[in-house]
This record gives sequence, structure tokens and C-alpha cells, in this order.
Amino acid sequence: MEYFIVFLPLLGAFIAGLFGKAIGDRGAQVLTTGLLLVSAVLSFVVFKDVALDGNARISPVFTWINSGDLQLNWALKVDTLTAVMLIVVTVVSSMVHLYSIGYMSEDKSITRFFSYLSLFTFFMLMLVTSDNLVQMFFGWEGVGLASYLLIGFWYEKPSACAAAIKAFLVNRVADIGFALGIMGVFVLFGTVNFAEIFPQASALSTAQFTFLGFEGHALTIVCLLLFIGAMGKSAQLGLHTWLPDAMEGPTPVSALIHAATMVTAGIFMLCRFSPVFEYAPAALEVVTYVGAATAFFAATIGLTQFDIKRVIAYSTCSQLGYMFFAIGVSAYGGAIFHLMTHAFFKALLFLGAGSVIHAMHHEQDMRKMGGIWKMIPATYILMWIGSIALAGLPPFAGYFSKDLILEAAYAANTTQGTFAFWAGTAAAFMTAFYSWRLIIMTFHGNPRADEHTMQGVHESPKTMMIPLIVLATGAVFAGWLGYSYFVGDARADFWGDAIFVLAGNDSTEAAHHVETWVKVVPLSAAVSGIVLAYVFYMFVPSLPATFVSLIKPIHTFVYNKWMFDELYDFLFVRPALKLGRFLWKSGDGAVIDAYGPDGVTALTRRLAGRASRLQSGYVYHYAFAMLIGVVALITWYIVTNAG
Amino acid sequence: MQDHILSIVTFAPLLGALFILLIRGDNEEAVAKNSRWVALWVSGVTFVVSLLLWTGFERGSAEFQFVEEVEWMPSLGLSYRMGVDGISVLFVLLSTLLTPICILSSWGPVKTRVKEYMVCFLILETMMVGMFCALDIVVFYIFFEGVLIPMFLIIGIWGGARRVYASFKLFLYTLAGSVLMLVAILAMYYEAGSADITVLLEYTFPSEMQKWLWIAFFASFAVKVPMWPVHTWLPDAHVEAPTAGSVILAGVLLKMGAYGFLRFSLPMMPEASVYFTPLIYTLSIIAVIYTSLVALAQEDMKKLIAYSSVAHMGFVTIGIFAANQQGIEGAIYQMLSHGIVSAALFLCVGVIYDRMHTRMIASYGGVVERMPVYALMFMVFMLASVGLPGTGGFVGEFLVLVGAFKANTWVAALAATGMVLGAAYMLWLYRKVIFGKLEKEDLKSLMDLSLREKAIFAPLIVITLWMGIYPPSFLDVMSASVSNLVHNYETAIAASNAAPMFAQVFGQ
Repeated sequence: MEYFIVFLPLLGAFIAGLFGKAIGDRGAQVLTTGLLLVSAVLSFVVFKDVALDGNARISPVFTWINSGDLQLNWALKVDTLTAVMLIVVTVVSSMVHLYSIGYMSEDKSITRFFSYLSLFTFFMLMLVTSDNLVQMFFGWEGVGLASYLLIGFWYEKPSACAAAIKAFLVNRVADIGFALGIMGVFVLFGTVNFAEIFPQASALSTAQFTFLGFEGHALTIVCLLLFIGAMGKSAQLGLHTWLPDAMEGPTPVSALIHAATMVTAGIFMLCRFSPVFEYAPAALEVVTYVGAATAFFAATIGLTQFDIKRVIAYSTCSQLGYMFFAIGVSAYGGAIFHLMTHAFFKALLFLGAGSVIHAMHHEQDMRKMGGIWKMIPATYILMWIGSIALAGLPPFAGYFSKDLILEAAYAANTTQGTFAFWAGTAAAFMTAFYSWRLIIMTFHGNPRADEHTMQGVHESPKTMMIPLIVLATGAVFAGWLGYSYFVGDARADFWGDAIFVLAGNDSTEAAHHVETWVKVVPLSAAVSGIVLAYVFYMFVPSLPATFVSLIKPIHTFVYNKWMFDELYDFLFVRPALKLGRFLWKSGDGAVIDAYGPDGVTALTRRLAGRASRLQSGYVYHYAFAMLIGVVALITWYIVTNAG
Repeated sequence: MQDHILSIVTFAPLLGALFILLIRGDNEEAVAKNSRWVALWVSGVTFVVSLLLWTGFERGSAEFQFVEEVEWMPSLGLSYRMGVDGISVLFVLLSTLLTPICILSSWGPVKTRVKEYMVCFLILETMMVGMFCALDIVVFYIFFEGVLIPMFLIIGIWGGARRVYASFKLFLYTLAGSVLMLVAILAMYYEAGSADITVLLEYTFPSEMQKWLWIAFFASFAVKVPMWPVHTWLPDAHVEAPTAGSVILAGVLLKMGAYGFLRFSLPMMPEASVYFTPLIYTLSIIAVIYTSLVALAQEDMKKLIAYSSVAHMGFVTIGIFAANQQGIEGAIYQMLSHGIVSAALFLCVGVIYDRMHTRMIASYGGVVERMPVYALMFMVFMLASVGLPGTGGFVGEFLVLVGAFKANTWVAALAATGMVLGAAYMLWLYRKVIFGKLEKEDLKSLMDLSLREKAIFAPLIVITLWMGIYPPSFLDVMSASVSNLVHNYETAIAASNAAPMFAQVFGQ
């Protein structure tokens, strides 16, 4: 069954990509979307079998690499963790496929687009079904490739090409960490297969390991290396710079790859590795701090942006931070729970934004929107649903998962947990604020678009609205449907062996017993964020400008995304290019060649020139030289024999 | 036929070359046409025959197979000895595969002195195959140096504007190394009393002598690899060489040095190899980082790929001297996949060079609009070069890094930066050439790949993906020989008190 789930999208990608001309645009759309829908249906069947009936399994495909003691297969591992991911990936992906039929209908390379989308889905499914680290790396790089192709889908745009390359390279930087982590695991555990790694973790919990001359706790080193990989893919603080730029891609891509699935790969990886992370408390501490800092930092930027997609992108970055600090306090179930609910409401928000952009003739700047809610009421309502779910108001999905994470962070009762709780609460306030800022700026107030655009504002076609409704259903119900299984009383049976938590670390359990104020504070933060957004953008529209002028330097800093791009450009990009040119001209040219082959040539030529001057061709020159020689010889003979 | 298969594969191209020389005619066009067809048939049949090596090679055996021996100069103990093991057999196949592809790729572009061109390529094939098969060190030397002559001619006669400078530079570098190697070969012959490679592999040379021998061999192999800082002949040679010349140069000739390390340095001079490992690591890491940065600054497509070759070969030398199963298998794998991928990349450059007659990156942009099939092919090879999992490039690079990590984490971590830099220049190249808006007038009439060009790329694409998805086909061939090599190496080290230079710095 899982063979079909994984390989049907590949089949679709293959046919649409190579035989696009033969089957036509419509053929490619129907084929890829149809196959994805089949995949999605099968995912539910597998989910019931694996997660609810407890039939976790590994289905091998064939050997991949066999080199000495490094042995690994292509295999499909399905346990509860994978089953959840299968549903998330295939449902969101099939909805995005469907949505794209309408959204991309006027594009000139439709077959290519659908081929890429299906290819992405295949790689993502390979990632979540991997039974070893190297196959995970395959999926990991594969989704990176698909992301690169889709961000750069409109390759005529220089900004799109630049964003695509940036995404690939930043992820590659992080992948060095991942790759070294894999090697560390291999050296330490003697295998890269999950089934053989996890049982050894507790035995190796005191092992030491020397890495780059630094001797430390082996599992911590390995886990931190893997975490660097996760930071890249999941756009955490420092390695997040590619994500906002990735919005250059078509909006359905942003929804699928840069909100719902690919960027959550890091979360998935860490959860998959929970049996090892549990024995590396220092690594978990780092994860908590990074996650909490990202949740806060990305939210601040979200407050200031004007591009509708960038606001949502920073929101994604911030929400991923929540998931990471959930992992950091050992609430893996909570992280995956939030991953799932977030996939629904964030994909909904992105596709809703796409619907707005579609209606506004590809305008993305919120300053040029406004006053359109009556014209596209369905989209408007759906955006509300998404925003409520994101802000975490009951009974929508985000409320269940986000609050659980915050409670778990508090209940962990550690310094980093408390830090995460307060950073998360502050982020919750900001999240609510920017979500309603988005809604109000986009839909309310006076129309700021030109006459022509306003006349063309229209509700999207059915193929675009159905996916929105499906996702909205998830955003409304996924929370309370899943609560008991993911983080509630049924969680032990539900997760089975897929997630491992040390007895002393069970913050999920502790989260159910926190004081009432811990539950109330995040909720009131969200509500006050909404209220404040109304005050700022609806009731007193002059307030934002006044406020910004008050905190001008801070605002500029935040508006420019904390200057990360400028910093990296200054530190890495420019020096690399300069150094490259320098090494080429000066290293290869002025040193190696000048003293090497060219130098030798010049020297030979000079010596030859001198030697040739001696050969003048005049007999008396030679006779004279001979005479000198004879005199010298005789002198030497006399001198040596005289004494 | 089974008994003489190596000789047949080695000398069939030479016979073909003789046959082409006999082609006479007043009509130059007809002569050219006949030469092309003869060359293609000969190299094609040679490839088919060489497939018997693939089917007949016994996996799981570390012995030399298909061995042939004929006395040559009995008074000196020199024989014509041929044989392949798991390390060399795949290189033979790589050579026989790439030659017909080269000939096919020269079909249209080479218009002058076609007859002589084809003769050169067939002789080149004989030399390459012979070098990988030779089991006598003198025979090896003859083939090893013999390769240089047709290559020198190919660059010097059919090359670009600065072809004389390039071929001369190639010759100068290689010659410097060869002389030292010849001295070392003589020394080994007198010390061990035999020129038989299988005997030399068993012989234990004195520690001090190993170091001198090692340096002499290193001088020759390092140039061929090429390792930093003796790499500067390569970019010039590549830029000036005709497309097919670049293909063979990158595909096979660069592998000769590394093959030499595997065949001679590591097994015959294990103590010296341990001693000099830090040197190799240092030069290789410099190669990976330095040349990747230089590649970033290139304006000429061929030069960029040439520099990337130096970086990739840096991985190979790291893998070899990591001297464990993964490292060496990774190095061989990397060589094979680089042989395919870089060959394909040079062919990719050739395709648009033939149409536009410029290699400058800035002259292109938006090519995908006119050549979507070409863009797809280029994409696959570009990604293989970057080492994307699922392509052959990944398996080699990954195994090398695993091997290096086992040996020394610093080496692995520094070499891993190549993952980023390699992606940077390749993506940049691809973006500048293929993506972007199609604005340049002269590009608007580009035609997509012809049937001949598709036929050239098809096998390379298949092999690239095959190597990425099902590596056991290839790893199984080499594993016994490699594990034998590693075993002997470790035994020899354990029996001596060999230690790396600057052990306190490079120890761990």
C-alpha cells in the first residue's frame, strides 16, 4: 500500500514532465492531481492500519549502498509518526494540486509546474518513510531540489532565480551539519538504520567523542549536528534567510512547500530521533533556546512587513519555532500535533492569500489592497478561519496544539522551558496582532488599488475554493479530533514506539496539570493582540505611523529583517567572490604559473638566449675561447703539480 | 576469446587506427566520412567486447582476472602481463564507453584532418585501456606516458586559439613528474628483482626507500590528478581542447593519477603513505576549497567545469588516503561518476559551443526557452556534479566523507564545505546560461538537441541515475579488491612503526 502512496506521485511527475506535450496541459493536471488524490485516500487507509490498529512496519525496496559495514536499503518505514506525515503531505499536496489547476491556469508551462509539484511530493514522502538516515537525506535534498525548481519556476525573473539559488545554498550549508551528523551516527553506532540505532542509545548515553579536536558528550555532538540540518530546512534563526525570499515562487508552492510540508522536515527529523535526543539533554536545551528565539524574532518581523505572503512566511518561521521548543522540552507529540494543525491552517492562509492575489491581478502589497471583503466574501471568511486557528482561539485547531506546547514548556520547569514559555506567549500576542493587521489591511478600509484592478476583483473558481474549504475544515476540527491521540490520554497507545520520552522528561503529562493562569495568559495575549490590531488599523488608522516614528531605529532594524541578509552578504557572499577572483588571478596566475610552467619557460628561454649569443659563428671567437681554455687548463695543471 | 579479451580490448582500437591510415582517396570528404564510420565501429565493437569483462568478472574475488602473460624481454625479466581486478576493471569500461561517445560527439564539429583525428582517438583508447590493464610496471609506464602523445596532439592540432601554450603546459608538467617516476620504477625493479606488479605488491620495501619512491610517484600522479598546486595545466588544457578532448581528459585521464595512488603508492609503500597522509589531506582540502572559490569567479564555462574537476578530484585523493573501505570505495566511485558526469558536462558545453561558438557564460541566458530537452539534460548532470542523492555523484562523495570522518573529523568537516561551494558555482552557471530572460538576438534561433546529440547523452543519463539509485552493481565489483587492499595496508602498518608526519598536529 505504501508503495503506491510514495510512487504514484513519482509516476505522475515522470509522465507530466517527460510526456507533457503528448498528454497536454489538461492531461497533466488531471493525471497528477488524480494520482495524488489516490495517494491521499490510501494514506488514510494506512493511517488506520498503522496508527490506530498498531501495525507499524518496514517494507524494503532494494539495497542502496553496501560498502563495508555501511549497509542500507531503500525502504519504506511506516509507523504512527510517518502515518501522520503521510496524511499531512498527501492531503495538503492533493489540495494544492487541485488549487493550482485554477491558480496557474494562465501560465505557459503548466505541465512543468505539475510535474515539479508531484516530484516534490514524492521526495517528501521518501523523506518521511525513510528507515535510515541516508534515505532521509535523499528525501531531504530532493525536497530541496524541488523547492529550488519551484521557487525559480518563473525563471525569467532575476529575483526568482536568485531566491531559488539562495534557498538551495542556505539549505546546503545546514546540510553539512546533517551530513556530518550522519557520519557521526555511523561512527558511533556502526549503522545508519533507525531500527539498529535507537536500541543502542541508552547504552551510549555516556560515550565521549572527539570532533574537530573537541572532546565531548557523543550524543550531544551528534544531535547538535543533526539539529543544524534541521535548522536550515525549517528556517530557524540564523538559517532562516531563504524562507522569505522563497515567496518568489508561485503561491501554491508557498503553501505546500514553505508552510505545510518541507519546512516541517526538521521537526519530523528531530521527532524521529527522539530516542537519541532524549539522552542528549544539552542538545535539547539548545533546541529549546533556538526555537523560542525564532518564535519571537520572526514574529517581530511579521509585524512590520507589507507583502501579504511575507507576513505569512515570517509567521511560518515563528510557528516552526514553537514546534522546536516543544521538542526541546520533550513534548514531541505536541510538536507533531502543532505540525499537523499548522499544516492545515497555514496552507489555508497561503492559498487564501493566493486567492486574494489572484483577485487583485497579482498584487501582493497590502498597502495597495483594502475594501474588498464584500467582493470576495468566501475568501474573506476562510481567511478569518485560518487566522483564528493561527492565533489559537478556541475551539479552532491552533488553540489545542499551541496552548499545549506553551503549557508543556512551562511545565518542563527548567530555565529554558520558562524562557520558551514567555517568548512563546509574546509571540502569540504578536501573531494575533499581525494576523488581524493582515486581515484589516487586505480586506477593510478604503480601496487603495487602482480603478481597473478594483473592477476586476472576483471570487476564485471552484477548483480553488474547494481546496480552501477542505483545509478550513481541517483548521477547524483537526485540533479537537486529534487532541486525545496526539497529546491526550490515548497518546501512549497512539504513538507506540514511534516517539520515545524518558520517564523524567514527560512534559506532556505535566502540561495537563499546570495552574490555570498558565492556560489563561497565552489566550489573553492573543485576544489583546487582536484588539490592538483593530485599534491600530481600523479605529485609529493614524496610530501605526505615529508609533513607528516613535521607535524609528528599532522599526527600521526589524523592518529590514534584523539585517541578516546584509550581514551574510558582507560576511560570506562578497568575500567568497572576491577571494575566488583573487586566488584565480593571483594564486593560479601570479604565483603558480609565474613560478611554475611560465617561469620555467622564461628561464629556459633566457638561458638559451645567452647561450646562443656565444655561438656567433666567427671562427676567431671560437679560437679565442679555445685559447682561454687551453691557458686555463695549463695554469691549473701547473698550479696543482707545482706544489 | 575469453583468454585474450584484455589484449583484444586494448589493441583493437590500434588496429582500427592502422586501418584508417590505409584509407586513401582523392575526395577529402569521403575519406573523412569513412574515417568517422570506421572509428565509430571499431570503438563501438571494442565497447561491446569489453562488456564481457563486466559479465565475466567474478565478483567477490580480489585476484587479478583475465590474466595474460607473454615473455617480452626474458633476459630482463620483463613480460607483457595484463590483468584486471576490482579496482581497474571499471576504469577499462569507462574508457571503452567514453571513446565511442567522443567519436560521435566529434561527428559534426571536427572538420579538418578528420582521418588523423580519429587515429589519435583510437590510439588514445589503446593507451588508456592498456594502462589500466598492465600488470608489468614497465608496460604500465609505457602506456601511462603513451597516453600523453595523442592527447598532446589532439589539443595541439584541433584545439582553440591558445592550443600551443596549453599543450606545451600539459607536456611540461607531466614530463617533470614522469622522469622521477621512471627513476623510481627502476629502483623498485632493482630492489625487488621483478617488474611484475603482482610480485611488487607482495614485496616489502625498506621504510626509508618507501619515502623516496613515494615522493617520486607522487610527483607524477599529483600532476595527473591534478592536485593543488600543480593543477594549472588543467584549465588551460580543457579550454583549448576540442570537446571530445576535454571529455577524455576529464573522464579518463584525470583518473590515471588516482589509479596510480591506488595501484602503487598505497599498497607498495604503505609506511610512506601513512607518513605522507597529512600532506595529501592538506593539498586535497586546499584543492576542494581553493578551486571551488576560483570556479566561482570564472567567466568561461569550460574553465569553470575544469576547476570543478580539480575540486572533485580533491575528494578522491582524500578518500584514497583515508585508507578504509568507505574512503577507497568512495574514491573509486567518485572517479567513475565524475568520469561520466564531467564528461557529460563538457559535452553539454560542446553542444552550445557548436551552435554559438563561444564559451563565455555572459553570452548566454534563457537558453531553456529554445532548448528545453537540453536544459533537462544539463540539469541532471549539474545536479550529479553537485552531488544530489539519487545521482552517482552523491554516493562517491558521501562514501568519501564517511571514510574521511572515520580517519579525521577535521578533514571531513573541511571537505564538506565543498558541498556548498560546489553547489554555488554549478547553480550559478546553470542560472546564467539556462535561466533568465531570452534577450540576446543570436540565441533566439537556437535549435534543441539533434538525434545524434540525444544518442550521446542518453547512455550517460542512464548511468548517472543507475549509479545513484542502485550502486551495488558497481560496489560489488570493487569491494573484494578494496577490502583486500585495506586489509594488506593495515597489516603492513601494524607490522611497522609507521606514523604520519607532524603526528601531534594531525593525529586526531
